Amino acid sequence: MTALLEVSGVSKSFDGFRAINDLSFNIGAKELRAVIGPNGAGKTTFMDIVTGKTRPDKGRVLWGERSVSLLKLNEAQIARAGIGRKFQRPTVFEDQTVAENLTMALKAPRGPFAVLCWKPSRASETRVAELAGEVSLADRLTHKAGELSHGQKQWLEIGMLLAQEPRLLLVDEPAAGMTLAERGQTTTLLRRLAETRAVVVVEHDMDFVRRLNCKVTVLHQGAVLAEGSLDHVSANPDVIDVYLGR
Amino acid sequence: MRIRKHPSALVFLALLAVFTLAMTLMSEAYGSGVVPTSTIKTLGKTLCLALAAVAMDLVWGYAGILSLGHMAFFALGGYMIGMWLMYARTGEIVAATLANSPIPPTTEELRQGITGQIFGVVGSADLPLTWAFAGSLPMQLLLVLAVPGLLAFLFGWLAFRSRVNGVYLSILTQAMTLALSLWLFQNDNGFRGNNGLSGLQNMPGLTDVPQSMISIWFLWASALLLAGGYLLAAWLTAGKFGSVIRAIRDDQTRVPFLGYSVEGYKLTVFTISATICAAAGALYYPQAGIINPAELAPIASIYLAVWVAIGGRGRLYGAVIGAVVVSLLSSWFTGGRAPALDLGFYRIEWVNWWQVLLGFGFVAVTLFAPRGLSSIIDVIADLRPPRRRGADLGPDISALREKEAEA
Amino acid sequence: MHHFLLTLLLLLAPPAFAQDLASVLQTHRDQIERPSRQTIAPVIEALAGAGPQAGPVLEAWADRRLGLAGDRFVIVESDRATDAVTGAPVADEARVLKPNSGVRGLIGTALVQFQLSDPATARRAAALDAIARGPDASHLDALREIGADPDPAIAARKARLERLLTIRFDPDPLARVAAIDGFSGDTGADLQAVLNPLLATTRIAAVTIPDGANVAAELTPGDEIAEADAYRLLVEAGFAPARLSAADQKAALAAHVVNGTVGGVPVADLSDPARRDAAHDALAETGLVLPAATAAEAEAALTSHHFADIYVEPNAEVTNAARSALNAMVVRRGAQQAADLTLDALSLASIYFLAAIGLAITFGVMGVMGVINMAHGEFIMMGAYTGYVVQTLIAGRTLSLIVALPAAFAVTFLAGVVLYRLVIRHLVNRPLETLLATFGVSIALQQIAKNIFGTQARPLTAPAWLEGSVGFGEIVSISTIRVAIFVLALLFLVLFLWIMNRTRLGLEVRAVTQNPGMAASMGINPDRIAMMTFGLGSGIAGIAGVAIGLFAKVTSELGSDYIVQSFMTVVVGGVGNIWGTLAGAALIGFLQKGIEVMNPGNTLAAQTFMILLIIIFIQFRPRGIMPTRGRAAEA
Repeated sequence: MTALLEVSGVSKSFDGFRAINDLSFNIGAKELRAVIGPNGAGKTTFMDIVTGKTRPDKGRVLWGERSVSLLKLNEAQIARAGIGRKFQRPTVFEDQTVAENLTMALKAPRGPFAVLCWKPSRASETRVAELAGEVSLADRLTHKAGELSHGQKQWLEIGMLLAQEPRLLLVDEPAAGMTLAERGQTTTLLRRLAETRAVVVVEHDMDFVRRLNCKVTVLHQGAVLAEGSLDHVSANPDVIDVYLGR
Repeated sequence: MRIRKHPSALVFLALLAVFTLAMTLMSEAYGSGVVPTSTIKTLGKTLCLALAAVAMDLVWGYAGILSLGHMAFFALGGYMIGMWLMYARTGEIVAATLANSPIPPTTEELRQGITGQIFGVVGSADLPLTWAFAGSLPMQLLLVLAVPGLLAFLFGWLAFRSRVNGVYLSILTQAMTLALSLWLFQNDNGFRGNNGLSGLQNMPGLTDVPQSMISIWFLWASALLLAGGYLLAAWLTAGKFGSVIRAIRDDQTRVPFLGYSVEGYKLTVFTISATICAAAGALYYPQAGIINPAELAPIASIYLAVWVAIGGRGRLYGAVIGAVVVSLLSSWFTGGRAPALDLGFYRIEWVNWWQVLLGFGFVAVTLFAPRGLSSIIDVIADLRPPRRRGADLGPDISALREKEAEA
Repeated sequence: MHHFLLTLLLLLAPPAFAQDLASVLQTHRDQIERPSRQTIAPVIEALAGAGPQAGPVLEAWADRRLGLAGDRFVIVESDRATDAVTGAPVADEARVLKPNSGVRGLIGTALVQFQLSDPATARRAAALDAIARGPDASHLDALREIGADPDPAIAARKARLERLLTIRFDPDPLARVAAIDGFSGDTGADLQAVLNPLLATTRIAAVTIPDGANVAAELTPGDEIAEADAYRLLVEAGFAPARLSAADQKAALAAHVVNGTVGGVPVADLSDPARRDAAHDALAETGLVLPAATAAEAEAALTSHHFADIYVEPNAEVTNAARSALNAMVVRRGAQQAADLTLDALSLASIYFLAAIGLAITFGVMGVMGVINMAHGEFIMMGAYTGYVVQTLIAGRTLSLIVALPAAFAVTFLAGVVLYRLVIRHLVNRPLETLLATFGVSIALQQIAKNIFGTQARPLTAPAWLEGSVGFGEIVSISTIRVAIFVLALLFLVLFLWIMNRTRLGLEVRAVTQNPGMAASMGINPDRIAMMTFGLGSGIAGIAGVAIGLFAKVTSELGSDYIVQSFMTVVVGGVGNIWGTLAGAALIGFLQKGIEVMNPGNTLAAQTFMILLIIIFIQFRPRGIMPTRGRAAEA
């Protein structure tokens, strides 16, 4: 299996603090992966590097079949290449309606002139309605996103990610602030998504990770500490050390 | 065009048409003569200023870029059309003078005569390179849009590329207009230094047409241009493009993750807005009659922002209301026509106190009615802001905030 | 040589005069009464030879105080007259003589002889000044012969003057070259004034350049000299006929219009230059006008002649020595001017620093909360007006300045606090609106100042001890007030560092800047801190206003003249760092001065280029010279 995303030997420090230290990481085209680790392990910085928000000091980040280096691309280009990111805090555009939010995210040419000439079609409207249905916001299409509840905003953001049709989905702590029922829904959704694309879930809620039932990568001090099934890594003495403290 | 998203556009166009027609019927040239020509000119100029405010609203109210240098584009547009007006008009005069000489003049002699007339005042005998196309109306009309557009494109490309944002960008745009005005102030740069271009109200070839008629033509031209600019701005802000630029305004760190290039969109909006401004300027200065580098002073651009803020940014009619109300009030107060206020111990002459009133009034609007005067229309039209239950509108500091959304 | 003899006589045999004063006056009475520049010289010489009493008479004559009362010469002293010879008072009505300026010049030269040997030091110094102002070959001998002066300063000046006059007037070229070489290392303006005329040239055109001419440079037409200029030289020298100018051609054609045609060409066609030439040629063929020189003829004339710049000074050794001395002088002057410019730039930088430091405090500290104060410039103006008001109330300038500084601080501190409480506090996290709201305050304050103090500039006079200048060498000098501003800027830097690093306020400010939430939970009231900082920044703006008012005019626009530069300083320097502000001020100050040097006399261009450079600079360092670092800054 060739890797969809290949991160190798990446390091990044902020004012002397090594947030990422010689990190290497691969993920296949249709795979669900959980990345866990204590606070300060470098999970967020890792996602920042992959999505182009932060430039690493050294290392390679290669993408897709043709092994394009993501380090040469900016955030927008990376997003267009097919990497979607779900932020921890829901970030939707609150002054715009749910439909507008989803329309903006729909897969379509992103250049200013292409967007200017873009007209809503029956297909696009159906797709928006479909997506809204998928994230249970069908009756909210004309409401402003600012009027939604926290959980609904989370769902709207997921809907926007789906609209983008990414090949790799980075999800930052999806379980945070969700009710038990919502967590169950989320797990199902993530697992279903992973059937057609790669999904990386960053989480430190072990219960949630267990439910995902997938390969786990443990980060510690900016490097991979262990990798394997959850049971496998849970048995690793280093991991126990890190999680339970010395 | 998606009128249903902008019902206000139709109302606006109707009001504009009624206004222009009414003014024509009351003018000296075509109507009862109730409204003097000078007022017609002021109104025509005000329409141009309103269009500049619409352009400003496009970049600031919709895309969140507070440009404090937009009047530079306005004035550049004026300079470009002014060059043709002055050249062609001087050409007519020179040709008339030389026609009396026994030997008909060569083209070179005509050119020298024009150059002497235009640049004698700054002690220059050669026609500057920048005036190479001054004799051709189509070329200068093209330059009206091309020069400010190119300047905006270059400036925006440099600034947005290095991610200069917020107040930094505002100060940088202010520096741009200051630099441009200082450059134009220099006599040897081919724009007549602080003399500027004058006599622009005289239309070449229309010497026999009285100003009262010309002023009405310009009123119509200004109204048409404003209508066109308004529709263009409405079209830009209505569809997905509008969605994206408002998203950039509210949270420009999030937008790239949707695959939209923030820089590209900002650059597009900035450049389009600059050309709209330039077109407005190209109609404004022939009505004003004179243009000089003082028009590019940073304060002029700040006033433009003040109009938009007072009118209510983020809505096109707000910008128009702000520009029209403030600029007309301003000329009423500073024109000495406002009655002085006698406080007993002190007599308030509005010529001296209008600016104080404007300054503090503006602070009051910012504090108490952040959505500006147009929020009155919202109340009437029952447009309610979303109920947010105390949440931020967005994490970016340039985002519209809870409080103003409520206002 | 007469002067030489005269000097000898004066020195060696004072009593033995050729003629006594009275008889000289009587002999030349008519000429003295109505002098002419051409004929008066012998009379003046005779007068000068008439003993020490002649000195006052010559002086009076030159000053238009010599008069005639009847047939007696009298010296008129305001409202009374004394006899020119005896010194006795004269009661008769005196008619004052009015020699013209040429004559008075001659008298002045003669007077120098008297003055150089005058017992009073001041008079001798004045005589040297007179010589330096209008040197003359005759002075050289006088200077050489008069002997050592008892006063060392005057002796030195006299020796220098003698060398300078040697360069100009000595008949021996070797002596002149030696004198030039003797000045090596000197950059005096007087020396330059002597050397420059030696290198004066005239431009000539000739078939061959005459032998023995001291050639400065040979000129090739079209290269060192424009062909049109070269041809003009030929015409002036009579070597070639003038070419036909377009205006002459037109005039010639206009003079020969016959039945609507000129030389067979219809007048209407004459808007075409080619047709005009044809018409002129036709006229020339019929002999109505002179044929114009053709291009080929002009070309031939140019190639058959030589053009050169010839030194007026015939001796090549002298011109060479003068040239190398001047070149050396240019290098040394360059170094001195660079030093001078550095000082100028430094003082400009301190002004910008002073103007910007208050802004940097409010912007830097509050920058985290997003405040930019457009009314900062008006606070500077308020400070300056406070200084002016204090000065009208307190007479002593030093005392009023001492009172004005804290008063300005207090006034603007209060204004800042009020602005913060009423406006800025309510616009937290809305930076662009804060910017515009403070702009509203700014235009209101400006207009209020205009209404109170009027539009004309108000004086804010510096105390006497701040006037004048501190000099280093001849060229490098800096006005005391600028030194004081430099010192003030340094003081502020130290004060700021002290407040930030050594006081409770500074600690709390730093805490609020770095983590407002945490600071608040530690019991620090961020609102109060922000208010205090805002007041402090505004107060410093007030003091800067007094300082700026001392050398600039105090008008309601004082603030806006500095506000853009202040913004630039802060932005270029980087937010939240006083060293950045310092670096920004230095960069902008030096940049502006540097560009002014490259565009002499065009400060507008200098400012334009400076702003452009800053815009470009921001492209490469969007966060300024000294950016805030760390992970937060990455976002």
